[in-house]
Parts: sequence; structure tokens; C-alpha cells
Amino acid sequence: MTALAEREAAGPARESEPGPRAGHPRADVKRSLSWLGLVPFFLFAFAFMLLPASSILVGSFQDAEGAFTLANLANLFRPSILNSYIVTIKVSATTALLGGLLGFLIAYAITLGGLPKPLKSFMSTFSGVASNFAGVPLAFAFIATLGRMGVLTVFLRTAFGIELYDAGFNLYSFWGLSLTYTYFQIPLMILIIEPALEGMKREWREAAENLGATSLQYWLKVGLPVLMPAFLAAFILLFGNAFGAYATAYALTGGLINLVTILIGAQVKGNVLHDPNLGYALALGMIIIMTACILAYSWLQKLSSRWVK
Amino acid sequence: MKRKTGLSWLWLLLGIAYFFIPLAATFLFSLRGKKGVFSFVAYANVFADPLFLKTFGFSLRMAILTVAAGLALIVPTTIWLHLKVPKARPVVEIFTLLPFVIPPIILAYGLIRLYAKPPIALVQSPVLLVAGYVIISFPYIYRSVDAGLRAMDLRGLTEAAQSLGAGWLALMLRVVLPNLRTALLSATFLTLAIVIGELTLANLLAWPAFGPYMAQMGRNRAYEPAALSIISFGLTWGAIGLIQALTRSGRDKASGIGAGAH
Repeated sequence: MTALAEREAAGPARESEPGPRAGHPRADVKRSLSWLGLVPFFLFAFAFMLLPASSILVGSFQDAEGAFTLANLANLFRPSILNSYIVTIKVSATTALLGGLLGFLIAYAITLGGLPKPLKSFMSTFSGVASNFAGVPLAFAFIATLGRMGVLTVFLRTAFGIELYDAGFNLYSFWGLSLTYTYFQIPLMILIIEPALEGMKREWREAAENLGATSLQYWLKVGLPVLMPAFLAAFILLFGNAFGAYATAYALTGGLINLVTILIGAQVKGNVLHDPNLGYALALGMIIIMTACILAYSWLQKLSSRWVK
Repeated sequence: MKRKTGLSWLWLLLGIAYFFIPLAATFLFSLRGKKGVFSFVAYANVFADPLFLKTFGFSLRMAILTVAAGLALIVPTTIWLHLKVPKARPVVEIFTLLPFVIPPIILAYGLIRLYAKPPIALVQSPVLLVAGYVIISFPYIYRSVDAGLRAMDLRGLTEAAQSLGAGWLALMLRVVLPNLRTALLSATFLTLAIVIGELTLANLLAWPAFGPYMAQMGRNRAYEPAALSIISFGLTWGAIGLIQALTRSGRDKASGIGAGAH
């Protein structure tokens, strides 16, 4: 608790004259001094978050000797690497869409759908747990369920004669990974979209109905326009969530699927490529996509908070 | 509205099926350790493996260090933010979003590149692992503490305590921290749950932690991984269920949101 102790030592002297006084020169000094209390935090974030990230940024514009080059970025467009981006984007978009839609429908059912009230708090609690049930244990759960010897695979075979793996399904490729990711995407969607749905006022619907609107008209003209920013924001968050995921895919496929995170991981461990600067460029591409996601997310959040207080 | 309820039940049941079928299947699978009968052999094997206790103990120690360091860094910062520099809040909030832009895999990569060789060679030291974990858990801790501070009238309490003659130490220990108890507990449990099973950082920084141990198990064994999965889910359930029970009255909707361990 060094930061606390430091602040307590510095606190009383500054607290002798509480309250901000704009324009007063001493107050100005005091206000800039009070920013000093945040220094330990920013220092830590700088050393262990910003600096490492920027060093990747720098590395992706350097060649093996440290000279400036754009070759790494050009190499991102090599077919194998381009393909890993395409696969990652496909998995992220598919699971964001699947998880987003199902999560939205469930959230709708428990908020506005007329279900008994206790179900809502049960589902909220459960979503909190399930959205954190990810990584290695989740991969194992899906192997036990849908792997070649998985309980559901065997059940479908013995009960209905359906051979999932003969029908082209494979847990360790695109659809298997997508189904697995969807497991944490659904509860995350429920947690994110629930407040927006609760902000939908009953009065809007009543007003629309009093003016003679049908249910469809209400949704097209009022419901969807109000919810759209929140829905898109949630979609983008889910997309980024899947895009950055590593542990689940690693444990599920043993690192054999062509995702950007898996390629980066292999690069760090020195298994493939043997070209660190290309690894930095891979990471840079990822940071750019994630940054775009978070910017779009904040902007949409602002739009949606106009309605949802 | 009546006709809609049927559809609502359908979506709810679909969701519950998606949640529970893999769990039930994993549990059944974990009981298959002995041919022909259901047994807890896989669980016995897991607990009998000395590496299980060793790696779990290591991850637990790292998680406790992470909680200690994370709270020491973020609690004073957030209180300071609320009392003294509310203007700085948007800046700090951007920092709470950054671990999302820089996912664990990138963080690990950057930490290795930066701290692998002199002048600062930290890769061999658990300090770097814990520092990385603090960054990963930072949004969760910040949100819990921030929500806890918003829920109480910090300024009013501070003024009341000070007009009664309390110094800063008394104010913190006897007024602010007791009021933050729920928020601190929920931050602690969430961080424990995330760090103990974490794979990415531990794997890339090459530590003998619980996450890499589980992944290794997945390659070598058939039924033990399912047992590990159930044990791990039980721990997450326990930790987060406890938070939800604690914060039920405070309606802290932020506590469960996140993507730390994916």
C-alpha cells in the first residue's frame, strides 16, 4: 500500500483549504499538484501496458538490424497471413452475430418478454458466471460434449443414427471453434444489452399503440431505431472479444488453427516463421483492428446513451 | 402480451440448453474414467497428481500477489480521482478500456520484447507475470471500486469525518474502506477467478502455472481434462456467485462483464 501511504502523507497539507477556487493562482498550483496523486497509477500503466504495446509498434517498422522498413507490413498481405486474418474475422463476426442474436433474444425474453421476475435475476447471475467460463476449461467442456467421443456426439449416433463427423462437422475447425466461442458470447451479450432493453419505456409503446401503430410499426419506427446503436455497440464488443481470444482456441485445437492470435503465440514461442519483425506486424494489425473496434464502440455508446439513462 | 410469453419461454429454454448441455455432458464424460461404470476415478487421478497441487499453488500465489498489488495501486487512485481530480476521470476511463485494445497475447509479446534483455531483464522474475496480471485485471478492479465509490456519498462522508476531527488515516480505515468492503471483495474474487486459470501470459512467459498445466493435461489424457473443467467451473461459479450474492443489493451490473481469460 505504498501509494496510499504516500498520499496520506501528502494529503493533510493540501486539504487545509478545501474547495476549488478558479482563477486564484494558488488554487491553480494546488489543482495541478492534485494530479500528482495519479502518478503511481499512470507510471505503472505506462511501464507495463503502453510501453510494451509501443515497442511492438516500433518493432513492426524495423528489420532484423533495427533499420526502418515497411516490408513487415507488406508481408501481412502474404496469402498465409492474409488467410489467418480472414479466418479470425470470420470466426469473430460469426460468433458475434450468433451470440449477439441469441443473447439479445434471451435478454428480451427476461426483460420485456413477460416472464416471471425471479428468472431475470437468475439469468443475470448465470450470465456473469458463464461469460467468465472461458479459456482452457471451456475448450475441455466442448471436447467432452462434441469431440469425436463426446457425450452429445455419441448420443446423436446411438439415439438418432446421426454421425456428426460424417456430416462434415469437426470440433477442431471453423464451426467447432465458433460454437465454442458462442458459449461465452451469449452471456456477454445478455449482460451488455440488458440495460438498454430495460431503458425501453413502456410509455413509448403505449403512445404508439394509442396513435394506432401496429406491433410491427412500433418496432420498425421506435424500437429498432432506439436500440440499434446499443445493439451495434454490443456486436462490436463481441467481435473484439472473439478477435483477441487465444486460450480457448489454443486449448481446443492445440494451436493448429490458423488464427492471428495463434500465429502470434507461435511466433513468441519461436515455433514458426523465424521472423520476429513479421510477428510485430501481425500484432500491429491486431492492435489496429481492436482500436477501430473500441473507437466505434465508444461512439455508438454515446449515441445509445441519449435514450438509455 | 400473452401470446408473446410462449416465444419468450422458447428463447429462454434455448439459452439454458446452450449453457447446461456442455456442462452436463462434461460432467458425464468426467465420470467415464473406468470402463463400463460411472466413477470418480478421473477426479481421484487429478488430485493424486503432484503437479496439480504444485501448479494450482503457484497460480494461487500469483493471484494473491496480483490482488494485493492491484488493490494497492487502484483503490487509492480511484479514491483520489473521486475526491480531488474528477476531471481526470475520462483519462483513467480510457485506460480501463486499453486492456481490451491490447489483448493478453499482445501484452505478453510486448512485455517479452521489452523486458527480456538488459537494461531491464525481468522475464525470469515473477514480477513481470504479476505486473501483466495487474494490467489484465485492472478494468475489473477499477469498475468494482468505482461503482462502490459512486454508491456512497464520498464527499459528504469525508466532510463529516473531517469536521468530527478525523485525520486521513482514520477517514480511510474507518469510513471509506469499510464502505467499500463489498466492492473490494468482488474485485478480489473476480481477479482470483481470472488469474488462477489464466493461460496466455503464463504460457508465453513460460511459468509452471495452472492454465498451462490444464492445457498439457488436455493433450495427454482423455477424462481428466473433463474433471479439471468441472473443478475449474466450480471455482469460477463459487467466486462469481459469491460476488453476485454480495452485490445483489448494490445492483452492480458491471462486475461480471469482461473478457479476461478467453
